[in-house]
Amino acid sequence: MTRPLPRWAELALLPLLNLVLAMAVSALVVLAAGQSPTAALHALAIGSFGSWDAIGFTLFYATNMAFAGLAVAIAFKAGLFNIGVEGQAAMAGLGIALVCLGLDASLPALLLLPLAILGSAAFGAAWGYVPGWLQARRGSHVVITTIMFNFIAASLMVYLLVNVLIQPGQMAPETRRFATGLAALSSFGFPGRSPANVTLILALLAAFVVWVLVWRTPWGYGLRVVGSNPEAARYAGIDEGRRIIVVMAISGALAAGIAVNEILGVHQKLILNFTGGAGFTGIAVALMGRNHPVGVLLAALLFGALAQGGSELAFEMPDLPRDMVVVVQGLIILFTGALGALLRAPLARVMARG
Amino acid sequence: MGHQVADIPDVTSAQGAGGAPPAIECRGITKRFGHVLANDAVDLVVRRGSIHGVIGENGAGKSTLMAILHGFYPMDAGEIRVDGRPVTIRDSADAIRLGIEMVHQHFMLVEPFRVIENIMLGAEGGMLLAGGEAAARASLARLGRDYGLVVDPDARIGDLPVGARQRVEILKALHRGAEILILDEPTGVLTPQEADDLFRVLRALRDEGKAVILITHKLREVMAVTDRVSVMRGGKMVAHRETAKTSAAELGELMIGRRPAAAARPAPATPGPELLSVQDLRVRDGAGVERVRGVSLALHAGEILGIAGVAGNGQTELLEALSGMRRAESGTIRLRGEVLPPCDAAAMRGRGVAHVPEDRLRHGLVADFPAQDTAILGYHGDPMWRRVLGLISNRAVEAHAAGLMATHDVRPAAPRLRSSLFSGGNQQKLIMGRELERAPDVLLVGQPTRGVDIGGIEAIHRRLRAWRDAGKAVLMVSVELDEILALSDRILVMFDGRIVGELPAGADERQLGLLMAGAHA
Amino acid sequence: MEAALDLIVPILAATLRVATPLILAALAGLFAERSGVVDVGLEGKMLAGAFAAAATAAVTGDVWLGLGAAILASSALALLHAFACVTLRGSQVVSGMAINVLAAGLTATLALAWFRQGGQTPALPPDGRFQPIALPGAQWIAEVPLLGRLVVGVLGGHTAPVYLALLLVPLAAFVLWRTRFGLRLRACGEAPGAVDAAGVSVAKLRYAGVMIAGLLCGTAGATISTAQGAAFSTDMTAGRGFIALAALILANWKPWPVLWTCLLFGLLDAVAIRLQGVPVPGLGVPFPVQAVQALPYILTVILLAGFVGRAVAPRAVGIPYVKER
Repeated sequence: MTRPLPRWAELALLPLLNLVLAMAVSALVVLAAGQSPTAALHALAIGSFGSWDAIGFTLFYATNMAFAGLAVAIAFKAGLFNIGVEGQAAMAGLGIALVCLGLDASLPALLLLPLAILGSAAFGAAWGYVPGWLQARRGSHVVITTIMFNFIAASLMVYLLVNVLIQPGQMAPETRRFATGLAALSSFGFPGRSPANVTLILALLAAFVVWVLVWRTPWGYGLRVVGSNPEAARYAGIDEGRRIIVVMAISGALAAGIAVNEILGVHQKLILNFTGGAGFTGIAVALMGRNHPVGVLLAALLFGALAQGGSELAFEMPDLPRDMVVVVQGLIILFTGALGALLRAPLARVMARG
Repeated sequence: MGHQVADIPDVTSAQGAGGAPPAIECRGITKRFGHVLANDAVDLVVRRGSIHGVIGENGAGKSTLMAILHGFYPMDAGEIRVDGRPVTIRDSADAIRLGIEMVHQHFMLVEPFRVIENIMLGAEGGMLLAGGEAAARASLARLGRDYGLVVDPDARIGDLPVGARQRVEILKALHRGAEILILDEPTGVLTPQEADDLFRVLRALRDEGKAVILITHKLREVMAVTDRVSVMRGGKMVAHRETAKTSAAELGELMIGRRPAAAARPAPATPGPELLSVQDLRVRDGAGVERVRGVSLALHAGEILGIAGVAGNGQTELLEALSGMRRAESGTIRLRGEVLPPCDAAAMRGRGVAHVPEDRLRHGLVADFPAQDTAILGYHGDPMWRRVLGLISNRAVEAHAAGLMATHDVRPAAPRLRSSLFSGGNQQKLIMGRELERAPDVLLVGQPTRGVDIGGIEAIHRRLRAWRDAGKAVLMVSVELDEILALSDRILVMFDGRIVGELPAGADERQLGLLMAGAHA
Repeated sequence: MEAALDLIVPILAATLRVATPLILAALAGLFAERSGVVDVGLEGKMLAGAFAAAATAAVTGDVWLGLGAAILASSALALLHAFACVTLRGSQVVSGMAINVLAAGLTATLALAWFRQGGQTPALPPDGRFQPIALPGAQWIAEVPLLGRLVVGVLGGHTAPVYLALLLVPLAAFVLWRTRFGLRLRACGEAPGAVDAAGVSVAKLRYAGVMIAGLLCGTAGATISTAQGAAFSTDMTAGRGFIALAALILANWKPWPVLWTCLLFGLLDAVAIRLQGVPVPGLGVPFPVQAVQALPYILTVILLAGFVGRAVAPRAVGIPYVKER
């Protein structure tokens, strides 16, 4: 067994080195695409932080990533791999639409918006609860069921938007516009024009709540025991099954933040595929952030910048699509997650010597 | 070789009268795991046509030595000769090629496979199974006749009882052409009847001229079945003996390293009122097998009640049911005279029943938590460390662990160190401290000193006695006869899920052994 | 009767076509998971294969070179998976997801950069595609009343990968249950400790299982872009890798049942395409095609939940093998 790394190296140095490695391999891909890596990196940096507009967009995407990352991370703490954030977020969008379409004519915004947020959290939670229940009570592996639930959610959304919720007389599978939405940050004096909205504040709040819940409450202690040693949980009288069910519901509720940010914050109508793969990016965010809320927020900022910089990159360098940042994401999941041991052992050796 | 052990005879003389080289000869085998020297320049010579016992306490290094012989780990230094020729054993394939086969304590069988498939695995006799299968079946039939090892070749391993699975393991080894057969604690899971059958097989193998190495910590077995015996202690080989020229007493002394303290008999107990009792308790294990089959017992204040028995006779499940880890199938549990509703472990703790689990690493601690977090396992909801808004204060948890470590002499006294980095003895002291802290009326304790060093054993025994003297009730499950005899005020013997006998403190070891073997069942 | 055949024959022929990449990918998962390595990266490996096949076939005009490139690309990702899971003992699910994300990004990026057609590869010439193969003796079989037309219509005129997939099912069953390699591979997925104690390398077997998965996924990908389609387009596997995974689970990790579940899913797909926009009799609303499309996933969840039957995975699947101390 290799000796564990010092805390700071495990939490900061190793993720950073893995990031550098991922960027280096990405540079090779850019070269393979016949483009200049330095030009690409420059475009990425300017595109994500070069102006107030860019920063606003970065924060907007980072909000999605933060919720997705928190959702994956909290399930990870119980030893569960929630691949279903994508589907949970989609269902949460449906929750918002049902509340808004049903009540926006009769309720004032001040009541409607919190209700819509609760509705989205409830729908997201329900879509996480079922796989959680299946895992805890029927032993169905949560990885497989959440994958299946993503596809079931996708089919359901297509069906509802094409056949039921579509605005009459329209071709595009979308609902009608809601009467109201969440306030943009610019209305509070945030400079520039961007879709960043108050959901960002909710994300920070959610991160804090997750930290308190997992690291400072007996419930969270039990959750971590379940994740590290389920047999010890039985010994300690911690109900593993209930922890699994509840944490999957919480995870789904956190995934709903993506829907709130996109649907309530920007589009103000339910559209197809609004999650844009954020749920999968959440895996990278959680891995990079070491499943800790602070780490998740930092990683979310990084991935938000990648998402925003990626669109600018596609604009600046027409032969490099947005998908280039998907490559970076994949490499980060690979290096921080699957190949995590690649650098750890050599690093431990170097540090032991030094 | 720098080691000095006075009573190792000149092992080269082991070549014996015939002049044939020994089947296997180890010189100076050394293996280190981190800081632990598991094998320290170990020598061992085993002749053909003999059963050779290797004995020692848990952690003495027997299993490491055998794992090296079977190629499971490489050794750091030393030399191995097979039939006089120096050999290198890099992996199990090398060992198998040399005719060294091992029957592991935890069987290496593929449960969903049939017996014949298990026998063939690794010795298929060709690319296609069809070719080798006929040969394997023939060889099974022959081995069954020669040694009385009968199993249905088409039975699924998962459907076979433990004794039959062990026969499959031995058949597998013989089918692959074993000349040197190592058995690691083979009787731990067997009934006495099955153990006798096993010994008969081993004698037949010896008479065939094979070398059999029997690893055990049971002196009775060594005396009964071996021709020679080697004793290990603390990673070193401390003695080699002809079985006929030694005694269980001498071997026991060699194993422990001193004459067993003529059991400083504790002051007689002064039992108080009945605290915990069970009537007709029945418990099934995770696989649905009924493990506890109608147990009734009563535990009084001020006594240590020892539950003796060979591992796997239902003690684990009894302890789990009493501590709330496992729901009993039927029967009643009374605490202070009141019938308990079904309780989980948290509820039992709340009622003053603490539990030091049999398996420390699986149940007692969370390996990657810092020690301070392990020190609140099961008590994590306690108001003691909850501050603002009822949230857990890390500082309070750390202070608590520091206090616990000082009181119970846990070393190093480092609350933030990962639980897995403490030695077995210190982990046990931490768990014991945690469970005793709230002065529970009833303490359930399983294998209190398993994997604990000698010094630690003394400390833990002292604490259990002090607990009894303070008027509390202790129910102790142990497979170590010495421990049962040294601590118990009353002894109940479990066999096959039932209590088969009760003995007073200071019982006769022979009588206890007979009961454990199910002689009166 | 003739009218019924007119309806059934095209649907069954489509079923076989659609099921082909599923069969190949599910067999891929079968070998990986039987060796004890979870493979949620079937999708990514297929996608990489689809791109490599279409890109190579577009440039060389040779469909077989395309197939070779597909197998190479998919095997490269499989090697990465094996290295992460077996050598480094990393998380198998995370590695699989990483491969999916990586393949999605890489194929889209390289397709755009190399061909500049908005993420598509150029349309393939006839030689760059798998062509239908006439069933030998088709004209005589067709003359058998009813049955003949059914056989020729359903089984005849498919591309090489369709027949390959159908041949691979018995081959996989033979390899897994009748050969030394198969016995060892299955043992590896159930009890790697027993394999190790028998002096056989667990790591080599698991590498073999994962690399066979790479080979089959590459073939599945090539089928999608050069037999079913005539070019690569972004994300063209569209979740088939996960359907294959579902089929594998429903088939309880066994080759023949894999064939039946894949054919079932293929049939569902073929029927769904057929029913697109057709109104439900009596209700007047269009047929909910999505419900049929979601059926494989729903069935898998129901089976996993143990409400109907029970899916029993290889016992050691997903657990990195570490020699116990």
